[in-house]
Amino acid sequence: MGPALPLDDAGPYVAAAYLVFLALVVIYVAIMAAKLSRISREIGELAELAARRDEEREAQRETVPR
Amino acid sequence: MTQAKFSRGLVPLSIVSVVLLVGGFAMVFFYAPNEADQGFVQKIFYLHVPLAIVALFGFVAGGVYGIRFLRSGDRTYDLRSYVAIHISLILAVGALITGSIWAKASWGSWWVWDEPTLVSFLIVFLLYACYQPLRFSIEDPERQARYAAVFAIVGGAFVPLNFMAVRAAESLVHPRVLSTTGGAMPGSMRVTFLVCLAGMALLFVTLNKYELTSKQATFALRALKRRLAGDDDWVPIRRSAAPQL
Repeated sequence: MGPALPLDDAGPYVAAAYLVFLALVVIYVAIMAAKLSRISREIGELAELAARRDEEREAQRETVPR
Repeated sequence: MTQAKFSRGLVPLSIVSVVLLVGGFAMVFFYAPNEADQGFVQKIFYLHVPLAIVALFGFVAGGVYGIRFLRSGDRTYDLRSYVAIHISLILAVGALITGSIWAKASWGSWWVWDEPTLVSFLIVFLLYACYQPLRFSIEDPERQARYAAVFAIVGGAFVPLNFMAVRAAESLVHPRVLSTTGGAMPGSMRVTFLVCLAGMALLFVTLNKYELTSKQATFALRALKRRLAGDDDWVPIRRSAAPQL
């Protein structure tokens, strides 16, 4: 093993290693954010579907003669 | 399926993980002294070693959940095993890349093929890289879960065996960190290392919980969709490597 690298030479390597870790965490968070927005969109679709069903039921109730 | 609340305690856990990791990294640069032999570049040690240790423990945890799944038949354990291996793979990628950067700075080479520690970790990583394709190749969810559990158990048992084999082998350049002498680290370095290790372990637990919560929300949503659509409109779930609860 050679002698220790001077700070100027070692700095970029250390920074690169910690940036790799940061990048991994950020990519993971971005993927989770994408999943969360998909779940949120699907919940919106379900809410619309439920509202439409309620309207249909209401309409049916009104058309049925008493 | 047991409806476990994966999201319980997620917020405080996330906060503690961030505090420990940021605190640990601050200690790396402002508290721990430069190592006499390698100098400033040794600071990578506080990131690289916890990443590798936590990834290996995660693989073993995946095996333990595999055993629990086979014993109980509870699909939640299959999900836990899948997520533990998934997160461990991400950490293992980090360990491999940071290790390569450290190797380049210390040894002048990105990779040393005749070094047992490096090659054995790569073998473990490649073994687990086959886990998701294996799951994806099996269409029947029951069989997929059972085969994946067997894979996780065998792989999980291989990890400590591999670790012991590497210990027994003669190292050429890679230092031994976990030894009976504590790697001959001074107190300040050891404390910093332990804080970083605890932070990384908590990060692993936190990411696990995030992933489990997200998967559970997706399953619940899918079930609700089917209920609202009615049985006539039921569409089979597309093929996936992830467990289907």
